Amino acid sequence: MKRIMLVCLWWLGIACASPVSAEDLFMARSNQSFPETMLALQQAIREQGYTIARVQRVDIGLTTMGYQTDKYRIVFFGKPEEVKQLTAAYPRLIPYLPQKISLYAEGEQTIVFTANPAVFKTMYSEDGLTPVLDRWERDLRAIIGAVNKLD
Amino acid sequence: MIFQSQAGASGAALYDAHCAVCHGENGKGGVGVPLSLPSFLAGADDDYFRKTIRLGRPGRVMPAFDQLSEDEVSAIIAHIRGWSEHEPVVFSSTWQAKGDVTHGGLLYQQYCAACHGKHGEGGSGTGVTFSRPRDLPIIAPALNNSGFQAAASDQMIRQTLMHGREGTPMGSFLEQGLSQQDIDDVIRYIRSFGGEQPEHKPGRSDDAVLVVESSSSFEDTVEALRQTIVGENFRLIREQSLDKGLVAEGHENSKQHIIYFCNFSFLNKVLAIDPRVGMFLPCRVTVVEHEGKVLLMTINPLRLSQLFNNAELDKYCKEMLQLYEGLLEEASL
Repeated sequence: MKRIMLVCLWWLGIACASPVSAEDLFMARSNQSFPETMLALQQAIREQGYTIARVQRVDIGLTTMGYQTDKYRIVFFGKPEEVKQLTAAYPRLIPYLPQKISLYAEGEQTIVFTANPAVFKTMYSEDGLTPVLDRWERDLRAIIGAVNKLD
Repeated sequence: MIFQSQAGASGAALYDAHCAVCHGENGKGGVGVPLSLPSFLAGADDDYFRKTIRLGRPGRVMPAFDQLSEDEVSAIIAHIRGWSEHEPVVFSSTWQAKGDVTHGGLLYQQYCAACHGKHGEGGSGTGVTFSRPRDLPIIAPALNNSGFQAAASDQMIRQTLMHGREGTPMGSFLEQGLSQQDIDDVIRYIRSFGGEQPEHKPGRSDDAVLVVESSSSFEDTVEALRQTIVGENFRLIREQSLDKGLVAEGHENSKQHIIYFCNFSFLNKVLAIDPRVGMFLPCRVTVVEHEGKVLLMTINPLRLSQLFNNAELDKYCKEMLQLYEGLLEEASL
């Protein structure tokens, strides 16, 4: 494991002091069915100027392998030019790109969730990332908020 | 959605904003435990709710809502109370059961440990979603949890032990033949868990990403990663450039190559521990050519696990971290 570059622990003091917070996760409960919520989610993502890259069908993989599951999908999205610039300027962000939002069916309702981009401020020290993370946070609040209002 | 404090909002609106996504809009449960069960509402006092909201359950999914005002917490409790016709019960917060902790321990292991765990660690999984059939909607609480220990008074625990919780597997100890003194002995034993629980600090000292530099060419590294993943009994599920689907076909950056893979048995287990693990999914390693170096990169699952307040999930994240480290190490040789 010596070759693994655990790049820097600059945030150690901050992170140790921060409690688990309800704001670390953005979650919404949609009163609409899974397919309707999926459509609304993708629409909300596009309205914030993002491109949908693809949808990972987690439930299909599980059921194909013989496991029972409710519907469970992950929507990947990003802004093409932004992804290009960020991966060049901040390669340590690469494992977290494209951005994603997950959703699963809970009975007749649907749960939608993602990480609050603000949590990445404690993970990345790079100058210039804070405005990007702040904007992502605003965008995701709008996206998750739109889904949460679905009745 | 979990937002900041909303002064002046009604209890229903506050519940909707802060609680409904996990506990269900009518308290029927989800990732969180059901709250509307009549026997639960009849057996829990407002102080229990107040402290639970304030302190959460460290390592047991329920976060601490310290951003809410006292009025807002009261409004949420009043809303939850609206699901029951019972008058709210009031327990003394100062009364303490007097009993024999050794005898209580024997009784605990006989009557309680099967559900609540040998050391009071509670049942496995989250509320109901993906964790258990919906007709068995109660996860046995972790009695050793510092949040529970602070929120539940001796009188409340005594009431629960004496009468059980109708609609859950928790039966009445009186009906099982235990005396009131036996019950007080069990309470003393449960209280002995108090200081034993280690503080929940998942992954806070770990980096957000795992990065290894490969000694091989980009193409050879991709192939080595492929072979390593298969060799570790994962199923390859997809390969693509990072920007596929974002840019026009033929214009992708081929030097940012993602390999997605999965161990479905592992995934199925982890979904039952916390259905929100979609944030980790699918398993992936990205091979990147950057400034003349070939790098293998992936997330650090242990670092992400801190978002979930789920100690059980942390164990699986540690396992996943070791797997990722092994994959990166081997594929980079």
